[in-house]
Formats: sequence, C-alpha cells, structure tokens
Amino acid sequence: MIDEAAAAHPVVIAMRQESTSWLSAAYIVLNELTVEVLPDRVVHACRFLRRMHQFERVSTITAVDRYPAEPRFELVYHLHSLAHNQRIRVKTRVGGESPSLESVTSVWAGANWYEREVFDLFGIEFKNHPDLTRILMPEDWQGHPLRKDFPIHGHRYDYMEPEGGSAQ
Amino acid sequence: MSEVPTLEAPVVADLRQVLEAPPETRPRTMVLNMGPQHPSTHGVLRIVLELDGEHVVHARPDIGFLHTGIEKQCENLTYQQAVTLTDRVDYLANMSNNLCYVLAVEKLLQLEVPPRAEWMRVMLVELTRLNSHLVWLGTHAMDVGAMTMFFYCMREREDLLRIFEMFSGQRMMTSYIRIGGLALDAPRGWEQAVGRFMQTFPSRVDEYEDLLKKNPIWMNRIIGVGELDVAELVDLGVTGPMLRAAGIKTDARKDAPYSGYEKFDFEVPTFTENDVYARYRVRIEEMRESIKIINQARAGMPGGAFQADAPKVVLPEREKMKTQMEALIYHFKIVTEGFRVPAGEVYQVIESPRGELGYYVVSDGTSKPLRVHMRTPSFGNLQALARLIQGKLIADVIAILGSMDFVLGDVDR
Repeated sequence: MIDEAAAAHPVVIAMRQESTSWLSAAYIVLNELTVEVLPDRVVHACRFLRRMHQFERVSTITAVDRYPAEPRFELVYHLHSLAHNQRIRVKTRVGGESPSLESVTSVWAGANWYEREVFDLFGIEFKNHPDLTRILMPEDWQGHPLRKDFPIHGHRYDYMEPEGGSAQ
Repeated sequence: MSEVPTLEAPVVADLRQVLEAPPETRPRTMVLNMGPQHPSTHGVLRIVLELDGEHVVHARPDIGFLHTGIEKQCENLTYQQAVTLTDRVDYLANMSNNLCYVLAVEKLLQLEVPPRAEWMRVMLVELTRLNSHLVWLGTHAMDVGAMTMFFYCMREREDLLRIFEMFSGQRMMTSYIRIGGLALDAPRGWEQAVGRFMQTFPSRVDEYEDLLKKNPIWMNRIIGVGELDVAELVDLGVTGPMLRAAGIKTDARKDAPYSGYEKFDFEVPTFTENDVYARYRVRIEEMRESIKIINQARAGMPGGAFQADAPKVVLPEREKMKTQMEALIYHFKIVTEGFRVPAGEVYQVIESPRGELGYYVVSDGTSKPLRVHMRTPSFGNLQALARLIQGKLIADVIAILGSMDFVLGDVDR
C-alpha cells in the first residue's frame, strides 16, 4: 500500500525505480515518511538510501512488540540525512519462534549498539553483527524485558516460608 | 586441609615464566578496569582499557549499571503519568526530556498549545541547557585540573535550581511541562527571579572563560586532544556539541523548529578544530546563545492561557470542577483512566544540551502507550568513545570523557 503523498516523494520514486519488489508499503502520516520493506531486503534498502540519498546517519534502531499479532515484531530504523535535512523511517516485520534478520552495521557503524539493545531487550538476533552481546541487562539475565509477555515485576523470585517454621 | 591452595607457588612460577621468556614474546599490554565508580566517569560507567604502557590499545565501555527499565515502565502508565519518568532519563536536562515526550504525544493528539505555554517551555528548556552546561563545565574542569570552576558553576546552578523549584516545586524532577501545556501557571514573581539571574549570569560566563584561558594546565591538556575524522563521528551516531565542534552546523532548533523556536533569533555556534577545546568553546558559546533566547522569551512572554483548550486531555480548573458537572466528569475520566490517544506513531526530535534527543511514541488507541523509545544523545555519543580514545594517552582519556558530556542515566534509561 503506497499512499498518494508518499508516491510523489522523491525517495520513494527512486526506490520504486530501483526495484519493484522491495517496497511493501510507503506512507506519510503526521508529516513523517515511512517505507516498509521485507526483512531480507533491509540491508539492501539501507545501503541504497545511504548511497543514493545521503542518509549518512542512523538516528536510532528499535523494535515494537505487537504481541499476540503475528509477525509480532516491527523493527524500526530512523534515518537522518544531514545534507538534505530529511528524515525517513524504514520498517520491517519479523516474527516466529527465533526472530532474526541481517545486521546493518556494515552500512553504519553506529548501528552496533542499537542492534545490541534490540537483541538484549527484544531477543531479535542480528546476523553478521560484530559483537552481539547483551548491553543493558546483566549477561546471565533470562528473557527479554521489552517483550509484551515479559512481566513488569516479580517473575523470578518465589518467597517461600522456610521449612519447619513460620516466617517471622 | 591440603585442599586449600597456596598462593605463592603458582604466582612465582608464572612470574618467573614471564621474566625468563624472551622479551619479544612477553605480553606488552595490561588490562585496566576503569570504573564503574571512578569519579571522572561521571556516574557508573565501566571501561575496560587495554594499555600498552601509557597508551590505550583497545577500550570497551560496559554500560547498563543504571538501567531501570524506564521504557518498559512507560508502557504500564497512562500518557500523562509517563511524563514523570522522562525526568529520570537525563537527570541534568529534565525539561528537555519532558518537552520532547510531550511534543510527541501532542503531535499524536493533534493538540495545539497556547503561545504562553510554548514560550514558557522555550525559556525553561534554555535554562535547563544552562543548568546542564554548568554541571558539565564544573566537572570537566575539575577532572582536568581546574578545581575552582566547580564551585563557581555549582553556585550559579543553585540559582537555577531555585528557579526550577519556584516553577514546579521540585529542584530536579520537575515534570513541569505536561501534555496540553504546563502543570501550573508561572508563579508570582518569576520575572524578577529569572531577571535577577539573567542580570549577573552573562558576566559570569566571561569570568569562567577568563579563569580557564589563563590556566596553563587546562589549556595544555585539552588543545589538540581527542580528534576524530568527521565522517566517522557522523557514522558512529555522534550528535550535538561534539558534532558542531567538528564543523557540522546541525541543530534541531534550526533544522526542524519545534515549540516556536523559529520565532527566536539566535546563532548555532560551530568550530572546526574538532578537539576537546573546540567542544568546550561550542558549549560556552551555546550558553551565550541561550542567554539571548531567554531574554527574548522574557521580553515577549505572551499572556493568556497556559494550557490548551482540550477538556478531554487537560484537567479542568479547580473552581469549575466544583461548580460544573461536565468538568467533574472530565476530571474523573482523566484521573481514573487517562485519555485515549489515536493510533499512530511519531518520532519527535529536539536539541537537548547533549545533542539529538528523540522520542518514538507508538499508540494503539488506548490510554497507555504501546511503546516509548528514547533515542538519547548520551547513548549515541558514548558509542564513539572506543574510537576516540584508541591510541591516546591514558591521561587524555579523562579529558576526552569529560568533553563528551554524557549522563549515565541518559545512556542506560
């Protein structure tokens, strides 16, 4: 689904000219341009946007958990072009038991920590990432806190009365 | 008893092994653990430094000690309640975080706030910038060897915190900027309080510069230190004063004006030296520009309402609540279940004292956000740390850390 305003946007026009298969949607809502691509084309799209449209920096990478919908994870890349003073949101959806997709660290070195954060808090694996380890949570932490099925508190500790006596 | 290992034997053997080995096979590097409680790391940052003599071969920052799950908590609070959490993200620039979050939600709600609220926000956010830069200047100078600066900066910061207390009742966790306007109207006598501060502050900035310019320790330790290629800085996600000290004129207040910044006359200071000294000068000049903005805001402060006319979002006045049934119903609804925000997503970017601050707010149409992601400037800037200190002297590490001006609460959220 490509809406009218987005279809007239130069970035979208160029992307459609380059390849017909990668854009699954493009829309401008609240003055913000979003393009949706398939998960296996993300690196390709990012490299194209960086090279052809001078999106020199990735502002942030994050995910949204739409549990229980499937595919449950939306990966969101916010790109910024200093040269054109322009921003774009690239979105893709992954789901399943062990969600994974290709890392964009080969396009922007700055994607490194953001992808580690998504890996840490959502449990989405990035292939070909140079150092995919937990970044905010302790290394031995179980689970991924920002998933919707992760409770907000009290999941790990059972407070039981000591055997043979009352807890006083 | 024989289970207890004796320390001496293996250690001596190891040492002898090292000493007897030919020099070229001896390990040259040692690993030094800096932090997580080192005073110059400005919080709980741990850096694992691999050193070859005095030089850093490799550095690995270890973060997350202050991670409190603020993003997760936001998903379990109503939109207005989540404002209080944004204070705790960057505790030296509370108002900037309040403002960014509030602007994002207001964009989703398509809510217009009255001019008085906008101007008051701009003034307070600029005062916050001064507050943040003062803490940075004081601690940075103290790290590098100019002790006096710390006391002067804290003296001025105290005045600022008093002003914040006057407005919001809180010195640090202000939560004064709310969805739909401000929490309260400006207090009686705010003009005099801000005016008194603005009368003395410009000369104080000159004083800081004089003090530091003639301090040879300070000058020698920061000039020509901490350079990195501009393209690499951009690639690593560095923003704000660090990027402006590298000659890139980028500032969200000019590039994508918010909250009425387009009505104010100010410059974006840039330098091209790209070292610690240039970063210091950018921030000093920014203080001067902030003074200009605050003075314009004071002079032209519009009257009228300080909250939007949106009964479903903004709490009614106390008096109306007691006399009008509708107001009472709205009050009850807002307090018990919050207000619903239309489904959608917004990425709002503002210029915080540290750089590009972005809030990505996703709504699913309920009264609680589906996702609040904070793109904090400190996190992006800190990513460049390993590259900035690679190959540098360990004494320079302290100066470079200070020049990056990160807040660990902002990094770990």
